[in-house]
Amino acid sequence: MSKSDLEKRTVMSPDGEPIEINPLQDYFCDAHPKVHEPVLPIFEKFLNWARSESLWVLGFGTGCGAIEMRPLMTPRFDAYRFGIQWRPTPRQSSVFIISGYLSVKTLKRVIRSYEQMQNPKFVIALGSCTINGGMYWDSYNTIKRLDHYLPVDVYIAGCMPRPEAILAGFEKLKELIRQGKGEGANLYAQNFDWYKANQKKIIKDWDMPDYNW
Amino acid sequence: MSTPFDNIKTVFRNAEVKPQRQDLYHLSIPKEQLVALVTHLKEVEGYLHLVQLTAVDWIEKNQFQLTYILNNPTKRLDVMVKTFIDRDNPTMDTIHHMWEQAATYQRELREMFGIDFPGSPRVDKPFILEGWDNIPPYRRDFDTKKYAEETYFPRPGRETNDPKEYMKKKLYPDEI
Ligand code: SF4
Repeated sequence: MSKSDLEKRTVMSPDGEPIEINPLQDYFCDAHPKVHEPVLPIFEKFLNWARSESLWVLGFGTGCGAIEMRPLMTPRFDAYRFGIQWRPTPRQSSVFIISGYLSVKTLKRVIRSYEQMQNPKFVIALGSCTINGGMYWDSYNTIKRLDHYLPVDVYIAGCMPRPEAILAGFEKLKELIRQGKGEGANLYAQNFDWYKANQKKIIKDWDMPDYNW
Repeated sequence: MSTPFDNIKTVFRNAEVKPQRQDLYHLSIPKEQLVALVTHLKEVEGYLHLVQLTAVDWIEKNQFQLTYILNNPTKRLDVMVKTFIDRDNPTMDTIHHMWEQAATYQRELREMFGIDFPGSPRVDKPFILEGWDNIPPYRRDFDTKKYAEETYFPRPGRETNDPKEYMKKKLYPDEI
């Protein structure tokens, strides 16, 4: 998609009739994300237990750390026994692993994918690159602090973290979810304007809707 | 000393040949004759493979150096064809008609160094920097560190520890 695809224009319908379209309004919902209020604490507790035991990870590797996710799928580390599995689309996943450095170009795709994920959703950030820039701390094209652009639940330090560390990170995430602290999606909704301002500060050719689910 | 490029000197008198290794030679040529020389190398001498096209910023001389690395698979020879272009007016003739993949290199050079290749396909489309509004980042007068610090919210408190001392303190605190 490019910027011109989002502009208002007149197109020909299949019957040969010209129609006016405004893609941002017609194709996308422009409502902001909403904060999800727990219905009944005890029910929410049960839900959180269920969520923590079934983490579906979006198979999207952004940096070198992505290579450490592959061994997790093999019998040696076998993340599946913890209820963790990888999914091909954002619509089916609840965990987004940002696996290392993020260039501005990738960040754009990451934001789109993150916003398409269903609530509740969690973000695990791998490696020092997501924490403070890591070895790309003086790069012209990679971000330094992921938590300025997306709410991060768990950071796993290392360059790159071993699969064992990632498993430990998953255990930590489960703990947080069970305690009801996996509130990333709500945080995102609450501070939506702040996140958007940060994102737009570095993504200069913003050619997508502000919130696209 | 005779080199595999002696007969090229008869055609391109301005070319300078410098051996680097047994299987790698440097050829320097003025900008205007570069495409002719590369065409000759490909069509007549059998340098069929474009290994790489890259640039160097000689800011002191106010020049960009363009380096075309070609490979001859039958003779097992590499040649680096070098040329210098003006840094204030960085334009170069395209070679995408000889190797299609050159268009990608040229697009990258256009974005990273600001060297223009008129006529090269999609050369003005963003390559990896989308919406870049500063001077091209590979130019040496671009201050990468300053740009990164101003743009990407540095995390305060980034400090360096000596791993040995740090682990000693952490594991054996009573022994210090
Ligand atoms: S933290 Fe290290 S391994 Fe991870 S993305 Fe950065 S450089 Fe690569």
